[in-house]
Amino acid sequence: MSGRSLLRNRRAAFGVTVLLLAIAFAIAAPFVTNGRPAEQGDIVATRFLPPLSTDPGGAFHLLGTDRFGRDLWTRLVYGARISLSVSGLAVLLSTLIGVAVGAAAGYATGPLSLALLAVTDFALAVPRVVLLLLLASMWRPSAALVIIVLGVTGWMTIARLVHGEVRGLVARSFVEGAVAFGARPVRILWRHILPNALTPVIVAATLGVGNAITLEAGLSFLGVGVQPPAPSWGNMIASGRDTLVNAWWVATMPGIALILVVVACTMIGDVLGEGGRVRRGR
Amino acid sequence: MFGILIRRGIAGCLVVLGVTTLTFLLLRLAPGDPALRLLGPTATPAQVAALHHAMGFDDPVPTQYARWLGSMARGDWGESIATGRSVRGMLADAWPATFGLVAVSLVLSYGLGLLVGSVQTARAGSRVDTILSVFSVTLFAVPGYWLALMLVAVFTYEARLLPAFGAAGLDADLLPRLGRVVDAVRHALLPIVTLTLIGAGGAARFVRGTMSDVARLPFVTTARAKGLRESRILRHHILRNALIPILTLLGLSLPTLFSGAVFVEAVFAWPGVGRVLVEAVQARDYPVVMAATTVSAVLVVLGNVLADVIASAADPRIRQRVEHV
Repeated sequence: MSGRSLLRNRRAAFGVTVLLLAIAFAIAAPFVTNGRPAEQGDIVATRFLPPLSTDPGGAFHLLGTDRFGRDLWTRLVYGARISLSVSGLAVLLSTLIGVAVGAAAGYATGPLSLALLAVTDFALAVPRVVLLLLLASMWRPSAALVIIVLGVTGWMTIARLVHGEVRGLVARSFVEGAVAFGARPVRILWRHILPNALTPVIVAATLGVGNAITLEAGLSFLGVGVQPPAPSWGNMIASGRDTLVNAWWVATMPGIALILVVVACTMIGDVLGEGGRVRRGR
Repeated sequence: MFGILIRRGIAGCLVVLGVTTLTFLLLRLAPGDPALRLLGPTATPAQVAALHHAMGFDDPVPTQYARWLGSMARGDWGESIATGRSVRGMLADAWPATFGLVAVSLVLSYGLGLLVGSVQTARAGSRVDTILSVFSVTLFAVPGYWLALMLVAVFTYEARLLPAFGAAGLDADLLPRLGRVVDAVRHALLPIVTLTLIGAGGAARFVRGTMSDVARLPFVTTARAKGLRESRILRHHILRNALIPILTLLGLSLPTLFSGAVFVEAVFAWPGVGRVLVEAVQARDYPVVMAATTVSAVLVVLGNVLADVIASAADPRIRQRVEHV
């Protein structure tokens, strides 16, 4: 599916727009906010200001303030930096592991392939939340830990997909041709097989980003993810939990941002997946 | 059929064994010492060492693991380090709460998903289809704990209609029997609605995808050419054939719903396994974590086997295929 026809699809256009906007805001954070996500001013005067209000100092708060009088919009945009990059990197990690395992299991024959598939099936059967909780509470919580933990617990679906694709491609004549020319296995995999197996991987990775954003927020919500005062959408929702009764906006706003981005990822993934299916005549 | 069950059973046991081994190793690798938490900050090194010895922590890890496996197999699940209660008792109290929550919302979310997905397939391409698609993709994206908080904000804090914490009111024991049932239902309502809604989004998406795949197959065209009513085609030709992957997913979504329950229980202070697990991991309560992990691994494996059994019961072709392997 070319870039232009992707944009002609309404769902894809929505997804790409939301995602690009979120990324643009995250990159331009210092210019579109007050630039100080952890700043606490005069707490008594500025805390729990509702959205669209101006504090006594004359500063405007688009989304209101939290219990420490911190500007929610600023924290939301800086939180996007952390949430988006953490989940993007986590998906990158799990995609790399998944492609490596899946390609090896699909190209190799005999015990190596069987062993890799057994490991994949086993990892799929492990209750992921238990593993996440254990891993995340083992070391001091940090963004890097969340990336690693989400990465090493999320590669199995991609490995399965790649394995299936590679198995199907190995028997094709252009691969046999490459073998006949004496190309080495790594070169065959890298140049001839993987480029043809990438579409479902891209789809799965796009959907995976949405999933990773939710899980990152979940870990931060339980207190084992990104630690305050650094803002992430998850720990912002968590901090709004106690003040739900008098300041609903603190927990609501980051949740809406999260849903928008996850919906965007899902829609892009759906459209890409349909495109792949049409092209392969299914 | 029977041979398949045995083979799946053995594979399942290996998975459970693997999960417990992994959990045991991870727990022992993790920093943090349950003895220190139990004795408090003023404990002398000698006291800590004595407690370690009493709990068997000074043995090599493989020895400890073998001892744990042995007593687990004999039905002795040990005592909680943090609370001193028997682990069996703690889990026996917590499981029904989680199981009820997960089972009810699994049924409800699939019912809702089937309904929405069928309507979408019947009206494919219409405005209703688009609206329902947007609805289900949004539900699919909503994190359970956030939805839970929003429901609490609306139904507890604003409307003052429903309780948001725990499984029973403080006065539950003093109520007459009917009042106690009403009290339990009122407490369960928000957690169940939360889990149902977040499950229904994914279910509806899957049902719609599977059904519209089936709707493109030649036998549906044939049925239409025969002049059958659309409602009959939908129910007998499309739904019946789409049901197999849907049933398989039902079994596979047990672990996902369980994960969702962990977060939702945390919000509603629901006295289930999720809460026990989160608290136990934080307190390095080894016996409780191990037992809860084992039981949830067993449930996941059972869910997978159940999905296979249901699928082969629903589809004679699968039954044949696996029997001839």
